[in-house]
Amino acid sequence: MTKIDSRIPAGPLAEKWSKHKADIKVVSPANKRKLDIIVIGTGLGGASAAASLGELGYNVKIFCISDSPRRAHSIAAQGGINAAKNYQNDNDSVYRLFYDTIKGGDYRAREANVYRLAEVANDIIDQCVGQGVPFAREYGGLLDNRSFGGAQVSRTFYARGQTGQQLLLGAYASLNRQIAKGTVKSYNRHEMLDLVMIDGKARGIVARNLITGEIERFGAHAVVIASGGYGNVFFLSTNAMNSNGSAAWQCYKKGAFFANPCFTQIHPTCIPVHGTQQSKLTLMSESLRNDGRIWVPKKKEDVEAIRAKRKKPSEIAEEDRDYYLERRYPAFGNLVPRDVASRAAKERCDAGFGVNDTGLAVFLDFKTAIDRLGEDVIRQRYGNLFQMYEKITDVNPYHEPMQIYPAVHYTMGGIWVDYNLMTTIPGLYAIGEANFSDHGANRLGASALMQGLADGYFVLPYTIGDYLSHEIQSPKVDTNAPEFAEAEKGVKEKIAKLFSIKGKQSVDDIHKKLGHIMWENVGMARSQESLEKAITEIKALREEFWRDVKVAGTNGEFNQELEKALRLADFLELGELMARDALNRRESCGGHFRVEFQTPEGEALRDDEHYAYVSIWEYEGPDKEPVMHKEELKFEVVHLAQRNYKD
Amino acid sequence: MNLTLKIWRQKDAKAKGGFETYKVENISPDTSFLEMLDILNNNLIHEGKDPVVFDHDCREGICGMCSLHINGHAHGPDEDITTCQLHMRKFKDGDTITIEPWRSNAFPVIKDLAVDRGAFDKILQAGGFISINTGGVQDANAIPIPKKDADESMDAAACNGCGACVATCKNGSAMLFVAARVSSLAKLPQGRVEGARRAKSMVAKMDELGFGNCTNTGACEAECPKGISIAHIARLNREFLSAKLKD
Amino acid sequence: MSNLFTSSIGKKLIMSITGLFLVLFLLFHMCMNLVAIFSQEAYNMICAFLGANWYALAATVVLAAGAVIHIIYAFILTILNRRARGKQRYAVEATPKGVEWASQNMFVLGLIIVVGLVLHLWNFWYNMQFVELAYSHAEIEALGLEPTNGAALIAGLFSNPVYCIVYLVWLAALWFHLTHGFWSAFQTIGWDNQIWRPRVMCISNIVATIIFLGFAAVVVYFYAISLCPGGVCY
Repeated sequence: MTKIDSRIPAGPLAEKWSKHKADIKVVSPANKRKLDIIVIGTGLGGASAAASLGELGYNVKIFCISDSPRRAHSIAAQGGINAAKNYQNDNDSVYRLFYDTIKGGDYRAREANVYRLAEVANDIIDQCVGQGVPFAREYGGLLDNRSFGGAQVSRTFYARGQTGQQLLLGAYASLNRQIAKGTVKSYNRHEMLDLVMIDGKARGIVARNLITGEIERFGAHAVVIASGGYGNVFFLSTNAMNSNGSAAWQCYKKGAFFANPCFTQIHPTCIPVHGTQQSKLTLMSESLRNDGRIWVPKKKEDVEAIRAKRKKPSEIAEEDRDYYLERRYPAFGNLVPRDVASRAAKERCDAGFGVNDTGLAVFLDFKTAIDRLGEDVIRQRYGNLFQMYEKITDVNPYHEPMQIYPAVHYTMGGIWVDYNLMTTIPGLYAIGEANFSDHGANRLGASALMQGLADGYFVLPYTIGDYLSHEIQSPKVDTNAPEFAEAEKGVKEKIAKLFSIKGKQSVDDIHKKLGHIMWENVGMARSQESLEKAITEIKALREEFWRDVKVAGTNGEFNQELEKALRLADFLELGELMARDALNRRESCGGHFRVEFQTPEGEALRDDEHYAYVSIWEYEGPDKEPVMHKEELKFEVVHLAQRNYKD
Repeated sequence: MNLTLKIWRQKDAKAKGGFETYKVENISPDTSFLEMLDILNNNLIHEGKDPVVFDHDCREGICGMCSLHINGHAHGPDEDITTCQLHMRKFKDGDTITIEPWRSNAFPVIKDLAVDRGAFDKILQAGGFISINTGGVQDANAIPIPKKDADESMDAAACNGCGACVATCKNGSAMLFVAARVSSLAKLPQGRVEGARRAKSMVAKMDELGFGNCTNTGACEAECPKGISIAHIARLNREFLSAKLKD
Repeated sequence: MSNLFTSSIGKKLIMSITGLFLVLFLLFHMCMNLVAIFSQEAYNMICAFLGANWYALAATVVLAAGAVIHIIYAFILTILNRRARGKQRYAVEATPKGVEWASQNMFVLGLIIVVGLVLHLWNFWYNMQFVELAYSHAEIEALGLEPTNGAALIAGLFSNPVYCIVYLVWLAALWFHLTHGFWSAFQTIGWDNQIWRPRVMCISNIVATIIFLGFAAVVVYFYAISLCPGGVCY
């Protein structure tokens, strides 16, 4: 059994990273040229890592499933990116950003990692401005900021409602520069299907060329997983259609431990589900909560009237509205963290105050802001989001409030990594949403972009050198090694098996069933009963999948059904692990809410005595129960307390 | 709603393609266009036929992965949106909808409705960046940038690389795409440093890849889901010509 | 300057520079024509001045070169653009909102203009500047030609209603061509931005309309005169 060693450097929190950087080894330029690195995924983490590693002189191969690195789902992040620049003179500091992130994560993240994240965040903003990211500016020419949930300062940098796009285009531009120089080679429309290990070290991957169906082998001295999160296990989520957890899952099955799989973020402001044919959910940026107020009617008869379309929401009198976030959390109001806002919405809807025909929606209203600032200012701030809302719902949010409801958005859990971002497999790294390290049980808004870029630009390029400095004698990896042949064989057999089933249900039919099980039982409210039910049902569905799925077409072609089937096969295993982890964690914290564990006011009730640890799962083989390890979380600086957003 | 769909089917890049006609029934007007195609595909799978291949990913209009030429319009009849944001309420019950892939020499069809837009990556690799390495940059607020310039840069940077401009241009020109990148960087002091070099190398790559010549029809701007103005093309022309005249 | 004119923008630059030059010529030509309405003698004086002297000849060569380059590049660009569009065409095509018809049909409009131009050169230039170049004064007199009496040529030609209609159609094509071409030239040179675009487009329409009206006025005036016996209408 591998011992869990998080390799957190000793010393005071604020000096750990500097000291660690001074202590770890570096690779000389002449040797870097001899070393190959594979990066899976081209989002903020993958693109920034590959570009930075290429600049350093390593030979990088980067893989993405889309037609271009620029499609990665980081592009859809709307609101912004945090950094403790304190440009607004509102007493922000690295410590405050660190503290807010730890608290926002409900004290389930590593202090050392989070502090490092807060420390390098400022460099990210500098880097991005240098790359030509057109952040929003004041008339004086300096950068503008706005506020996000869980913070009482304005530290979020943004580029209209398209911050993720602009940051990704910045990283992608740097990546392009390296591709042009030849230090990075990009493999588009390629999907990693297995990790190859030789002598216990990560040595390469097997990937499918999505156009030709060819299974190809790629060797390297280190492999970096930057493939994002696994929120699509719920079928309906704000993730892109092609986002998946398969790369991470292959690593898990090869021996990389998986941490906190149950920590899923349910984002409070998404456009509600409209019917059974919906394919995905659309997020409305958290930044809207800067100016939007969330409410439901106070009176049931108003709810009925709105549902029956007898009354317009704008006709409900001010005194008949329940601004429940402002009522419950006066200090943070509409800007409470996402998990808190989501649960509060669910609480109101469960109490019968949901405002659409399904009873699963609350209002996000801009009337007060429009009255105060005028429609033009609101249009300038959120124009593209308002337009997007109108295109989807056919309702003009300048006149009537938006309807929103929580939806699956992000997974805090992921592959377990040490302080160097290395997994339990030597030479295998995980960065960005694919790892588990920085957000605890709940991620604050505008922190995902920060983490992806911190890992890719400023952490991994240093820490990977420590490992690779021991690899300078290793020759080029031989892809004719038996380990590659075996992995390729396994992949080919799996694909052949899928085609051979010729069942009655399409991949989507089964994925929707999985999504339903996950949302009902492993969603916003979980209980012992629901989780046990989920485990049984997922097992049965997995069996159903391997008996009754119908995969159209053949392997030797561009086959999107096969891609989906391979990903679903992994989700059907991952979903069970999520339920298992949720079942084990007999406390409520952040995005993980066990109905058995709540305060009398309905707030999440943590159990620091028994659960202040990272639950880490080790794969034991097919049809065997995974083994759980614990990494105790030691809080040396912050004082654990019940989260308070009231005063 | 009940609809008739005329969809371009093509087995692979080399095969000769043609239109196939399909019917879909009971489509809700609130369904998105791509969800309607999902429904069609699910039906096709259950009928034992090959589903229609089309590119899509984020389904919220930002990734630029979705394409489709719908009833003669890139991204369909609605304005300022990508295909994934198009909803069926824009059509009428009983309509016949013709769905074709992007048509351009530089965007060969891969299969059915999916095309290869790799040429865009190549153009950006030719110079669509600011040549700085990670680290070693100055403070983000060291250079004030007029709000107007930052805003204009952002207007151009909104390009999502979907290729609608090329698809809709009768000349198959990629000028709007190239202009968006050149213009976005040209409006920032950081980007000015290698502005001349960028304009020249990106235009050279664009020409090399077989895109057509801009004749200023403005069709690209009209069909651009991000509403990027051809004023950026004027800036590209200016950047390029002044760079060339100095050579 | 290296490779400027082989680049796509360089080729377009040639189109715009030659195009703007031709617009200037048209404006000059139109002013000259208008003189014929007010005084046929004055017009003939200009004709005499622009006969077979070296200045006029040099200008003619430059003008012809401009036109020929403009036409050659139009062909080159059209061929390249068709190739870029690919062999497989859309089954259904719709004009995007806000796109002007002229902008998408510049080549066809150009062809109409060239055909009209050939006719025009045959009608006028052949009988005026060409004969002065080709023949001696004695030979011209022997042929019964009056190369410096342009006004008579105009009056003769536009007494024929068929010629009037043909010339008006030709001028209409020119109008369409110029509404897009004039603005487009500025866009290609880069003298355009978001604020100035509507202004330049407006100027473009004004210039095209002035040129159209100026030329058409001569056609209509001389046709009207021909309807009145004795050349004067009461």
